[in-house]
Amino acid sequence: MVRSEIIRDIAPILRDQLVVCNIGLPSQELHMIDDQASNFYMLGTMGLSSSIGLGLALAQDKTVISIDGDGSVLTNFGTLPTIANNVADNFILLIVDNGSYGSTGDQPTYAGQKTSLAAVAKACGCETVIECQAEETGAVLKAAIESQKMTVIVSKCESGNIKVPVITKDPAVIRDRFMTEVARRNA
Amino acid sequence: MIDAVEKEPSIYHIPSNKEDEGMGLCAGAFMGGKRPAIIMQNTAIGVTVNTLVTLTQFYRMPLPMLISYRGELKEPVACQVEMAVHTKALLNLLNIPTYHFHKSGDEEELDAILKYTFMCNKPVAILTDATFWGGY
Repeated sequence: MVRSEIIRDIAPILRDQLVVCNIGLPSQELHMIDDQASNFYMLGTMGLSSSIGLGLALAQDKTVISIDGDGSVLTNFGTLPTIANNVADNFILLIVDNGSYGSTGDQPTYAGQKTSLAAVAKACGCETVIECQAEETGAVLKAAIESQKMTVIVSKCESGNIKVPVITKDPAVIRDRFMTEVARRNA
Repeated sequence: MIDAVEKEPSIYHIPSNKEDEGMGLCAGAFMGGKRPAIIMQNTAIGVTVNTLVTLTQFYRMPLPMLISYRGELKEPVACQVEMAVHTKALLNLLNIPTYHFHKSGDEEELDAILKYTFMCNKPVAILTDATFWGGY
């Protein structure tokens, strides 16, 4: 299973939550598969999906899912201690770990070699860390939402990309649409 | 400054490990309906150029940056000067409105600067040097 198949699988679950989606192909895939006002698409700034998601989760009550990648977490490792020490039980970090920098051509990451992101998250103090296989992602994500406990999910999948169009929506429009939806769901 | 922030019940303070991470937290907090700000050192301008451009500016988000301006008069560490000489040039290059608190009393403009920042949805820099905050 590759990342786009996971996103297709979990799209019906994501629809009811606030989603911050990682730069590049993950955002483009989610945008193509199931564009929703409750999706915040990152068009740049590799590494900050988890930081934006945590900030959003701490600022309001609805569940926030940050879709991140192994390469992006590796580029912003500092995020894991911050998440561990600022517990937001409405926050889920879903790391789609395909062991590669997918958006730039599937160059291998260290997460696909000796480094375990789940072990790093635990060492950083994250209390609920679940590593699962790609096929289990939907069930694990659903359980994490229902648990109302801050959860880090590391979903191990194969690397590989599908052809997707780039997102041409203006960033200010993406942001405004998302903020309007955040406010509506919190009203 | 950090003590004052920690003591103030209306402020939620998250120490972050790198300044671009802090700017990500601020972006999320803003979209959740809060008024974020970041406290950092001017060396962080070098660290955060990509984030300032592709997140804060590209999505038109407000971000007051209260900056300890190292490498100015009274600085004892030579290496800090190396970033100080680029600080205003970089802010200017990035079209970031920049204010400089140099003398006691300059902080009276802070409230107006914050209102300005949340009016125009831009990152705004407030440089505070050692002459302002009382040396080392």
